[in-house]
Amino acid sequence: MAHPYGMAAKMTEQQSSPEARPEAREFREYCRRWLEENRPPPTETPLPQASYEVTYDDHRAYLCDWQAKCYEAGLIATDVPKVYGGHGYENFQSIASDEVRRSKVPYFLNWIGLGMVAPTLLIHGSEEQKKRFLKPIFSAEEIWCQGYSEPGAGSDLVSLQTSAVKDGDQWIINGSKVWTSLGSLASWMLLLARNDKQDKYNGITCFLLPIDQPGVTVRPIHKMTGECGFCEVFFENAIIADDLRVDDVGAGWKVAMSTLTSERGAAAGVGAVTHTESPLSSVRELIELAKTTKRNGVPVWDDPVWRDRIVKLYIRIEAIIQHARRAPIEALNGGAMRLPLQSKVVGSEIGQDLNATALGVLGMQSSLYVGDEHAVRNGRWPLGYMNSYTGTISGGSSEIQRNILGERILGLPKTK
Amino acid sequence: MAQPQDFGFDDDIVMLKDAANRFLGQRQTLVQLRASLKGTEDPYRGEERQGWYDPAAWQEMVDLGWAMVPVPESAGGLGLGLVAAVAIQEEIGRAACPTPLSSTLQATFVLKEAQADAHLAKIAEGSSMALALFGEDGAPDADSTTVTANGNKLSGTSSYVQDAQKVDGFIVAAKASEGLGLYWVPKESVTIHRDRIVELTRDQARIELKNVEAEVIAEPGSGEQVMARALPALLTLLAADMAGAAEWQLQTTAEYAKLRVQFERPIGFFQAVKHPIVNMMIAADETRSLVYNAACAYDHDPEDALRCARMAKASASETAAFCSNRSTQLHGGIGFTWESDVQIYHKRQMHSQFLFGDASWQRQKLAELL
Ligand SMILES: Cc1cc2nc3c(=O)[nH]c(=O)nc-3n(C[C@H](O)[C@H](O)[C@H](O)COP(=O)(O)OP(=O)(O)OC[C@H]3O[C@@H](n4cnc5c(N)ncnc54)[C@H](O)[C@@H]3O)c2cc1C
Repeated sequence: MAHPYGMAAKMTEQQSSPEARPEAREFREYCRRWLEENRPPPTETPLPQASYEVTYDDHRAYLCDWQAKCYEAGLIATDVPKVYGGHGYENFQSIASDEVRRSKVPYFLNWIGLGMVAPTLLIHGSEEQKKRFLKPIFSAEEIWCQGYSEPGAGSDLVSLQTSAVKDGDQWIINGSKVWTSLGSLASWMLLLARNDKQDKYNGITCFLLPIDQPGVTVRPIHKMTGECGFCEVFFENAIIADDLRVDDVGAGWKVAMSTLTSERGAAAGVGAVTHTESPLSSVRELIELAKTTKRNGVPVWDDPVWRDRIVKLYIRIEAIIQHARRAPIEALNGGAMRLPLQSKVVGSEIGQDLNATALGVLGMQSSLYVGDEHAVRNGRWPLGYMNSYTGTISGGSSEIQRNILGERILGLPKTK
Repeated sequence: MAQPQDFGFDDDIVMLKDAANRFLGQRQTLVQLRASLKGTEDPYRGEERQGWYDPAAWQEMVDLGWAMVPVPESAGGLGLGLVAAVAIQEEIGRAACPTPLSSTLQATFVLKEAQADAHLAKIAEGSSMALALFGEDGAPDADSTTVTANGNKLSGTSSYVQDAQKVDGFIVAAKASEGLGLYWVPKESVTIHRDRIVELTRDQARIELKNVEAEVIAEPGSGEQVMARALPALLTLLAADMAGAAEWQLQTTAEYAKLRVQFERPIGFFQAVKHPIVNMMIAADETRSLVYNAACAYDHDPEDALRCARMAKASASETAAFCSNRSTQLHGGIGFTWESDVQIYHKRQMHSQFLFGDASWQRQKLAELL
């Protein structure tokens, strides 16, 4: 449930700041050079805009290859201890992720593994689980998906009903999950299931579920864009060995909450990068688009109405970039969580507005979609507009984010 | 000129609107449209998509007399004007119905302003037509055509032609040395290059004309005036479609907010859900009032028609964007799926938003009149 314009993914995009430590400067140079020299050739057919939408096997193979190379080069799991397959640096991950984003190379396919599963395991996993699962996450040998949401449990995640019943030294799973991103490519799922129907919050347990087994059926769902990328998953007496349980029985909600926070913090900690474009590169492209798109012979950029709207977006994007700079400064951040908790709602809504603005700039040309020979940038803008709803709906909708901000940051009365 | 207080919605037109609502409700063309989309979903590797419509439903609409509603009596029509046409178009929008009727109603008003009775008679008899007005940049207001006329021979390409695969022929705007002219061309004489578009309920194409024999509808030099007189009707028809679709988006989202339970409450309980839905209603209602006003002005006070139509289309474009955005957002994951009708309406509205110019364009043009 990571989000396209989240803190981890985007707010860290800064202009290369002068590094305090010479080693850090050196590492940044190294990353930049390595990415320059190892940029992969383009795919035969275009990659989707974000890692959330990857569906095809050839894209999977290409992206897994790419991720493995980046991992070996130290751009992924940079700060993770060597015993767990990491590279054992200190505070270098954000530099590596920064450079990956700046260089506009392909994103990492195993974003759920890197962004959620690895941080969860690092905090809650057993020693064996860390040794068994982390390295293949980093190298993309094993793709992960996240089975949290259910048909009846979206925003209200804690009402989830998929059941886990203990049977000797294993668990029997029944029920279903929905909107499971990467479900059709993954071999493992980070699963939340209910072990106790009576105890809402303490009756949920977290598991590592092997997907390739008879009791699990995965069915792709088409998005409004026509892309797949997410799935329904059905469990009929699926089996999980007890040593694939994460943390204690009944501790699942606590585990889940720390995974969800890692959508902001720890995702950068392991190196998830989900987009090739950033808000800054997108708004620059939008400005270019307005300058080059002519209507009645006049560039749209010369129309003060559109120019104003675009420049307003440009300013807001600068603000979120400066947020990232301000967030770690205790004296200026107004509290540790105040800025980080805003990042998802602000980033995703700016992204949506940016894409909607591009449609306006294009006018009738915005009707042309992927595959149309006259479509500007192969339909990137209408596709991006539609996919922007991933950001405002998934991983805690904008409405839920505002509830959280109002209640946790401002102390407003709780709604639910 | 005095406008009727009831917008001209007399009993006949009210009955017509009800009948259209019932008919389109029963036909459920979206269910059939879905079948035609199977296999085409994937934008990268899906199959080619054809411009689908239900020919039987179209024939029935013709038999019910809908196509001849705005055709003047002198050309064998019912002579009911834009108010009646808007009543039908609003229902088509509410049903997001793929049909050549939308383009044909637009064509009717162009032909009417050109007093092209012979072609109007064809419509009364069940012929369908679409407008081919735009150049490559899709600039609104129909003067962007790059098709040229040499005598009655046309050459060039017309872009963003709606429903191109569904209609029998086109009204083409072309430039001659004397100025803009309007021409009728049968579909057999043109090459249709289908666009791959986001929208699922319309089809769109560029039509290519290679020294094609055409019938003159408006003499070169008179085309601009004809289009200027017809434009209010075109804008208003489009706005009516969008108002109908917005009402569907409003009702469907309100219904969902009553049914969908999270946190042990129907989500409509939460004001973050309730208030935007009410705002959808406020937006949709402003648009509807402006649409009826614009239709009435065209029929009864043509001098004021353009001002009213600009307001209607400006409002409709804002309403369409807002209602589309909230309908998807408030449906959560479900609204983001291909299976959901919410996305079909969302795309239809995105498309309509920019046809003949978006809200900002209409407002700039409106300002010139104030
Ligand atoms: C592209 C995409 C990818 C996803 N990937 C994954 C994944 O990999 N794994 C996974 O587990 N899940 C995934 N999800 C699911 C996602 O997290 C849920 O869609 C999200 O939590 C919303 O739940 P819902 O869809 O059931 O909507 P609902 O919870 O039914 O919400 C419907 C509407 O009501 C609003 N609402 C609900 N409650 C309140 C309230 N208390 N106050 C105000 N407004 C409220 C919501 O904001 C929303 O607008 C994905 C979703 C999408 C769209």
